[in-house]
This record gives sequence, structure tokens and C-alpha cells, in this order.
Amino acid sequence: MAISKKEVEHVAWLARLFLTEEEKERFTKQLSQILDHAGKIAKLDTSKVPPTSHVLPLKNVFRDDRTRFSLPREEVLSNAPKREQGAFVVPKII
Amino acid sequence: MELYKLTAHELHKMLKERKISAVELCRSVFSRIGQVEDKIRAYITLTEERALAKAREVDEKIKAGKQLSPLAGIPTAIKDNMCTKGLLTTCASKILQNYIPIYTARAVERLFAQDIVLTGKTNMDEFAMGSSTENSAFFVTRNPWNLETVPGGSSGGSAAAVAAGEAILSLGSDTGGSIRQPAALCGVVGFKPTYGLVSRYGLVAFASSLDQIGPITKDVTDCALLLNYIAGHDPLDSTSLRVKIPDYMKALVNEVKGLKIGVPVELMGEGIQTEVREAIENAIKLLEDLGALCQEVSLPHLDYALSAYYIIAPAEASSNLARFDGVRYGYRTPQKVEDIMEMYFRTRAEGFGSEVKRRIMLGTYALSAGYYEAYYGQAQKVRTLIVNDFNKAFEKFDVLISPTSPTVAFKIGEKYEDPLRMYMSDICTIPVNLAGIPAISIPCGQADGLPVGLQIMGKPLDEETILRVAYTFERNFGYEEKPNL
Repeated sequence: MAISKKEVEHVAWLARLFLTEEEKERFTKQLSQILDHAGKIAKLDTSKVPPTSHVLPLKNVFRDDRTRFSLPREEVLSNAPKREQGAFVVPKII
Repeated sequence: MELYKLTAHELHKMLKERKISAVELCRSVFSRIGQVEDKIRAYITLTEERALAKAREVDEKIKAGKQLSPLAGIPTAIKDNMCTKGLLTTCASKILQNYIPIYTARAVERLFAQDIVLTGKTNMDEFAMGSSTENSAFFVTRNPWNLETVPGGSSGGSAAAVAAGEAILSLGSDTGGSIRQPAALCGVVGFKPTYGLVSRYGLVAFASSLDQIGPITKDVTDCALLLNYIAGHDPLDSTSLRVKIPDYMKALVNEVKGLKIGVPVELMGEGIQTEVREAIENAIKLLEDLGALCQEVSLPHLDYALSAYYIIAPAEASSNLARFDGVRYGYRTPQKVEDIMEMYFRTRAEGFGSEVKRRIMLGTYALSAGYYEAYYGQAQKVRTLIVNDFNKAFEKFDVLISPTSPTVAFKIGEKYEDPLRMYMSDICTIPVNLAGIPAISIPCGQADGLPVGLQIMGKPLDEETILRVAYTFERNFGYEEKPNL
């Protein structure tokens, strides 16, 4: 299945990725190729097949709802690209 | 003495009998690194000082007559997508180029508890996406057997390090073959355990329903030894299995008489290099001579595995990689931005490499409205068909065998511009991840002077039978070739 350049632009927006013109061209071609190959699975009749959501027979994993120590603020902030007064700094949102 | 050439189980014996010291062993490996690392480039980060300090500590323990773990003092390399507290963990990505984790991955912590000596963090395809280690944001790793060829991927650094004697043991991670395929291309042993056997806590997530950490070693005995220590339940990973872990060393029995081995025809046909197929056929013959019963079997849906994988893995990746936004850790665009959206867009565009972007795009597309059912929904159903194929085959057979990789190591750059061709490199390993079953790759000969890997697949949680077959094959095949560096 072919994917258009317009679709590539839309998907890039959904994925929060700026793409250069060159990347848009390249991805349009490559994604079409890959999706074309992946489209092979559409031929299979799976109307009676349940999807695998997980390979293990897992049930919900619960634990007691107890308060525990959280990570020290200093450690949490240690990798922050920008920080101030014990908080992460980001460009204005509103 | 060139201690770096020996295996962990041999070295442990020598350490215990005080024939060598841990410091001597550590120096041997680092002097080897000094000799060949310029050519191979297996490591992103080397930790020599830390390693020597740890080796001294182990020697103190030996001197004090304390109980010595079989892994104590053994120089071990860790793939750079496993978090190590206080030590740079980049995932070979620009977006994590300055990331210093504040915690250690469970599998690595378990090895630290056994007093391993960490040699460093190894190169890989960015976020473990790739089959050649050419997608690292930093540099390409080379195959010790032929420097013009790739070491495979994505655990190419870990496999090359062990093959070149730059580490005795290493850990890799396997999402679609990323332990087994580089192990095959570098002529070493690589094991992907049953999904959930080894905790993924602290492993930078790629495709969470497929990822699994496992050992890369020189021989099957070291593989069982390492598996013994990384397997086990972890409450911090909700997909971690609550099962009793056997002593995998006890599975190392030189006997396959009466064992039923299936050979999936789908993995021996078109697309498999002739010399690779011949090596596998010889391996089958050897196992038959040893008393195993080998027979062809068809798993008809394996032909659809690659297609399903390249929907499911990117879909999970696109969601896992959404967390890289330049706010809490990692790279942030230095450009002046108007608002936070622009910061996200620029940070991600500058931080991710082209293979990662390609997969984020693929995954986002497959999960987007209007396409979800046709792609992701259908792929998860195909996954069920593949699981059923394996279940059916395992009703009749104890293990299945195939090539690990359709070809031997290919030239650097050869497939780089053609993603679809590159994706085919994992065609024999991908079905195993979709089904969550365990599989090993062991050397079974050579073609064009490059190693060929034999893949042995087993039932879920039946690591022991796989190890037994691999051990028997190794003992009777006697592969002694080493790369000439």
C-alpha cells in the first residue's frame, strides 16, 4: 500500500517530529515499500483468530497500596536539561 | 599468559586455585582492548579504573578465603541500553548522549551482586533498532573476523567484544534477533531466554512485548552460567515470570539420543545463502549421528512473521519513544523555540537517527485512526497463528533448528540504504520473539571465512533442553576457529 507525502506529513505531526523535505521524500518511498511488504498479512483470513495481546498467560499484577519513599528530588532533577528552584524548566505553555 | 582467550568457567577455576589474580585477568582483558579496540570499536564507554578497583576487591575476598561466586572477577561487558547507576547509558542515541541513570537495571544488578568486573558499555544500533550496528549515533562497530563486515545487530558491540577477547562475557538484548544474529555473525554463543524469564527493569524499552535480555558468551557452559544469575522473578517488572529457576549448569549433558528435532522448511528455503544451508545440513547430520531424530516440519505462518513484526515492533516503539521529549532527561534542542510544542518537534528531530524516525513513523501510522485494524489488529492475530504453529510443532518435537541468520556477515554499507533488505537479516530469528519462546545461536562452521550460526528453538521455559542440545553439539562439533586479529 502506497503512502502519500501528505500522509507522511500528518504522521510526522502525530509523532511530534520535524522532517526535512529530503526526509519526507525518502520516508514516503521507504514507508510505502515496507507497508507494501507488511500488507501481505491482509491476505490471511483471521476472522476466527483472537489477537495475541500477550504471549504469557498473565493476569493483572497487584500490589498493596502502601505509601513508599519516592526518589530524592535532587536525583530526579539530576538529568534535567534545564532546572530552576527544584523544578524542570520548559518554554511557556499558555 | 593471554587470559582474555579463556572462558569464564576456566578462569573461575584458576582464580579459585589462586593460579591467577582477578587484577591480572582484568589487566589481560584491558591490554587486549588496548590492542584491538581501535579496529573493532565495540565500546561506547570503557570503565578501566572502576574495573581494576573491583578486581582488587575480588582479590581481597579470595585472600580472606571468602566464598567465591563463579562470576566473581570475570570481565563482563553490558550493552548500552541497560541502565547503570552513575554511569553514562546512551542507547547509542544522541537523545540520551548525556544520560546518567540514577538506578541500575535488575539483570545488571544481579551480576554486580556476583562481583563481576564491568569492562564497559557496548555499542549497538540506536535504541536496539537494526541488524548491523551501523545505526549507532556514534560510530560503526566492525566484525572481528573481517573488519570490512558488520558484526550484526543490534547487540553488535557485545558480540564483537566477546569474539575479539575484549570481554569474557557480555549481556545483550533481543527484540527480533538482536542477541542471536550478532552472535551468529561473530562466531559466539547468544541466548534469548523465554519472554519474562529475565527482568526488563532498567532496560531502555524498544518493543516491550518482544524485548528480552540474555547472555553472549564464548561457549555454551558460560551461557548456562550467566543465565543462572540473570534469570528470576522481579516485582519491579510486571511481565516477569514467577517460576522456579533451575540450575542451568545441570542441563549441560552430552547426550541427544532419542531427542526429536524438527527442521522448519520455511527457514531453510529461498533467501538462505547456499553455504549457510549446507552448514546447517551438516549440523543436522551430526545430531542424527549422535542419535537424535531429525525431521522436516512446516510452520506455514512463519512466512508472515516478518510482516507482522514490522507492524508490532514499530507500533510499540513509537509509543515507548514518546517519552523522549527533552523535558526531564536527555538531549534538548539548543535552538530558541516559541513554545513547548516546537521544543518537542525540534528535540526529537535532532535527537533521533533516521532508522529510529523511520520506525516511529511506521508505528504511528500503523496505530493511527483508520489503519489500526488493518495493520496492528491484523498483525496481533497473525501473531496468534504463529504461536499456534509453534505449539503444534512442539507437540511432536523437543526442539526446532534452523540457521540463525540467512547469510554470513555482510559488508558495511551494503544494506544500509535499503531498510527492507536489512530487515530480512532477522527473518530466522523474528518468529521466536513473536511467540515468546527461548532460542540459542551457536557456531556451526564457516562460509567465506565467516562464522555460521545454528539456531536451536525450544518450548516456553524449556531452556534446559536447548542448552543440552547446544552443549552436545558443541562438544562433538569441536569448533575451535578464532578470529585472526
